[in-house]
Amino acid sequence: MRASEGRETRPHAAQFWTGIQVALPIAVGYIPIAIAFGVMARQVELSLWDTALMSILVYAGASQFMAVNMLATGAGGLEIILATLVINLRHVVLGLSLINLLKGVRPAWKGALSLGVTDESFAVATLSGRNHPVFLAGIMLSAYLAWVGGTLLGGMLYQFIPPDIGNSMSIALYAMFISLLIPEMRRERKVVMIAGTAMLINALGTELLGLASGWSIILATLAASALFAGKGEKA
Amino acid sequence: MSAWWIILGMSLVTMVPRLLPAWVMDRMVIPGFVDRLLKNIPYAALGALIFPGVLLIDKNPVIGLIGGGVAVVLAYFRMHTMLVIIGAIAAVIVAKMVV
Repeated sequence: MRASEGRETRPHAAQFWTGIQVALPIAVGYIPIAIAFGVMARQVELSLWDTALMSILVYAGASQFMAVNMLATGAGGLEIILATLVINLRHVVLGLSLINLLKGVRPAWKGALSLGVTDESFAVATLSGRNHPVFLAGIMLSAYLAWVGGTLLGGMLYQFIPPDIGNSMSIALYAMFISLLIPEMRRERKVVMIAGTAMLINALGTELLGLASGWSIILATLAASALFAGKGEKA
Repeated sequence: MSAWWIILGMSLVTMVPRLLPAWVMDRMVIPGFVDRLLKNIPYAALGALIFPGVLLIDKNPVIGLIGGGVAVVLAYFRMHTMLVIIGAIAAVIVAKMVV
């Protein structure tokens, strides 16, 4: 977030609406993936209720797909829960960065917004240049509803939807990440260094060291951020 | 088969990492180095989330390379995010037919 921008004074309804608009690309990316998740979950014979409940209560795509795959191969529940923890630990790193932008915001707001942290909502929220909690709530809530809504759709219509519906759409969230990052790279050379270093470390972590992608992303994010956090460096 | 207790467990281990930062940060003063580190995280996280993951969207890494490449070009010319997404999806669909 560009630190120069202070708390905005626009009415809450306008803040919320702007948040929803900013989150549109997330919703577009989430819905087909959520539909694919709903279809897959029903095919491994999860009930519609369980399928929806997982999106409502877990709300973390990668771990939900993994859980369904593991259920299909007959993995144990504890094993699934442990793997979920490992995949979703990176939210600690993202959450710390988001909360750091919310100085002076009430603790209840911080808690509520934290529950909406995903890779995508975090990226859109922190690069939006705004930190009004109602604006951020608009982002978090629309992403959440897109995920849950898509899951319900897929879960109800699974007999009519091919499970590979998400395949050609899987580029969507990457395209969103790229469209967030590139303008920042143009704005500041340091962003090129930070993001480039993170890519390099992540590639080395997964390909060379054989780290699970969850751990590799955490390592790359922290290491690249720390490397460029020296005193003279401004973000 | 009811998986409700697995779902509840997954929910718990996902919620705790999400809530932990808000709880911790309200109870400590953030030193300058950590503050600067945390401000770098969005850029680093985006880098790590994009690469090499984008190459894995298809068995053939060229598909992801083409989709990602089109997104980079469109984003470089400051196209709206929605156009970047649509362009990348179109590029992937075409690439899958050709490659």
